Amino acid sequence: MTEYLTLSMLLFTIGAAGVLIRRNAIVIFMCIELMLNATNLAFVSFSRQHGNLDGQVAAFFVMVVAAAEVVVGLAIIVSIYRTRRTTSVDEASLLRF
Amino acid sequence: MLDYAWLLVAIPLVSGLGLLVWGKEADRFGHLIGTAASAASFVVGLGAFVQLLARPADDRTFSKTLFTWIHAGPFHVDMAYTFDQLAALFVLLITGVGTLIHVYSIGYMAHDARRRRFFAYLNIFIAAMLTLVLASDYLVLFLGWEGVGLASYLLIGFWQHKDSAAQAATKAFVLNRVGDVGMALAIMTAFAQFGTTVISDVNASVSSASTGIATTLGLLLLLGACGKSAQVPLQAWLLDAMEGPTPVSALIHAATMVTAGVYLIVRSNGVFDASETARTAVVIVGVVTLLVGAWIGCTKDDIKKALAGSTMSQIGYMMLAAGLGPAGYAFAIFHLLTHGFFKANLFLGAGSVMHGMNDDVDMRHYGAIRAAMPVTFVTFALGYLAIIGVPPFAGFWSKDKIIETALAQSWWAGLGALIGAGVTAFYMTRLLAMTFLGQKRWLDDVHPHESPRVMTLPLVALAGLSAFGGALAIGGWITDWLAPVTGEVHEHHLPAPAWVISLVVLAVVALGVLLGLRMYAARAIPGETPADREVSIATRAGRQELYGNAINDAVAVRPTRHLVRTLVYVDGAGLDAFVTGVADRLGDSADALRKQQNGFVRSYALSMVTGALVVLAALLAVTLG
Repeated sequence: MTEYLTLSMLLFTIGAAGVLIRRNAIVIFMCIELMLNATNLAFVSFSRQHGNLDGQVAAFFVMVVAAAEVVVGLAIIVSIYRTRRTTSVDEASLLRF
Repeated sequence: MLDYAWLLVAIPLVSGLGLLVWGKEADRFGHLIGTAASAASFVVGLGAFVQLLARPADDRTFSKTLFTWIHAGPFHVDMAYTFDQLAALFVLLITGVGTLIHVYSIGYMAHDARRRRFFAYLNIFIAAMLTLVLASDYLVLFLGWEGVGLASYLLIGFWQHKDSAAQAATKAFVLNRVGDVGMALAIMTAFAQFGTTVISDVNASVSSASTGIATTLGLLLLLGACGKSAQVPLQAWLLDAMEGPTPVSALIHAATMVTAGVYLIVRSNGVFDASETARTAVVIVGVVTLLVGAWIGCTKDDIKKALAGSTMSQIGYMMLAAGLGPAGYAFAIFHLLTHGFFKANLFLGAGSVMHGMNDDVDMRHYGAIRAAMPVTFVTFALGYLAIIGVPPFAGFWSKDKIIETALAQSWWAGLGALIGAGVTAFYMTRLLAMTFLGQKRWLDDVHPHESPRVMTLPLVALAGLSAFGGALAIGGWITDWLAPVTGEVHEHHLPAPAWVISLVVLAVVALGVLLGLRMYAARAIPGETPADREVSIATRAGRQELYGNAINDAVAVRPTRHLVRTLVYVDGAGLDAFVTGVADRLGDSADALRKQQNGFVRSYALSMVTGALVVLAALLAVTLG
């Protein structure tokens, strides 16, 4: 049990660090997916531990939402790349004070 | 007709408001409609008066309730009118003289682009004044009272493009407000004490109330009367009110407005009969005003202002008479009527002179107009004989009676009235001599000519009334007629036989006339007003209207200005500084905070993570701690 959770925590931390550190939008996107899947792992582990299906249902919901998010997010990244010829998130900083 | 007496008010009111909203189309005939409305009102009034005459003497009070105006708990006000002996006389004066002034205005205002508006205001003035005299309830009376104030404001400031006219209108309005406060407080006191504001009920119940309440009521009513009737200490607006067109001056001074104060006191006779103090106050106000007005009248070179001083003085006589109690009420009203005739005559005559002299009002530029304007001269002379009180003209009968009654009651009031009669003769002689007699002092390019027929006919009519108005006193008719309203006249003990007093009065008047002729007809008059340092202190004071404006400035205007300036400062440096200060600080902090939105997505992510960690740490601290 502890091993699963440790792995989940590790994956989440790697994902969060990636979001904060990397500039490439695709990589950041992948890191977000990593975080989502780390939580999925934690959900499923707890579901197993408690012996009911609530955690697994939640994991399925996360997957569905993540899939939708990927569709929208990738579309945005592609259109940004088309206009600006870059996928660096620091370059797309026009919306500011 | 008595049943339809409400038409008296309704006709001019509808006509006045109609003319205002009709628009430019009515410009061609608006003045005719206005005059017709006033004349129709006069016919209704005459019909009602005749009906009243036909009734038996003890049944001449006709009251009718039109509808309930206000009904709130114990407070009940009916829109009702009372057409009795007193109201009848006032109605005839207001509509009769008012109609003549309307006719005269057709000619006088012929070249004014806003003539239709002028007639609308005149009609509203008449309607308001009629509401005032017909009201059976103090609150309805107050409605007319305020209407008169509004109409006078509109008419005094009729030539609003002139700064002086606009200021004069505001001044009249503000000074009248001071009086109105007294009037409003009187109504409230009456309601608080007696639970009613019906005039007859208040007058009836005041006799059983304490003297203190009667005195309070009387003094408050007197304050109201002082404002409307331009009595000391609220007299300052009357001379400035000359900024209005001359027919307005005639209307304000003769038929409406200034007579309202005297009416109020006579109408509230129950209150004044119950309080010796209030009566004395009225007499003092009357005597002071009649002397002050006469003094001012002696010194003004502006023909209209000299006449305005004279009005103050004559209204002072009426106040004096009204303050003498039941013995004087009838004579106050009698003098009010005769004054209405001859003062309208004099003012319209002055307007006619101005009309021929290119609207110049300075009597120093007149002289020898007699030949150029014969009709105006003759009618003016009749008005002159009436006002100084030469028998058999109207003023003699009324003024002589007032002086006689005053002498019977207190020597100082009688003496004041007697001196006033002499001074009246002096300043009116001065006015007549400077205007119509002596040498020409006309400015260049002035060619006096007689006014058109539409202006001279009202003059002739009014001159006739000035000459024969005294007939009302034949056999004591007016005293008997008014007795049911004002109470029976008690026989009073005169210090000397009546004919001796009349002779003394005539002697004083003759003295005034002779002095006036000596100073202004026998000698050449300089064409320019002598400078202040060349004339006596008394003349200087009179020119300054006995420093009435300076006193008002010192007592009211300047302290108010200081107060306002202080308040503006406190508002700006205190309240506003606090309110805008809070807003400014919020704005500053917003400026600092919005730097956080720097456009870098990763920094937003960092703040989210930090926030999540803080929440997590807090949760841990709570669960573990």
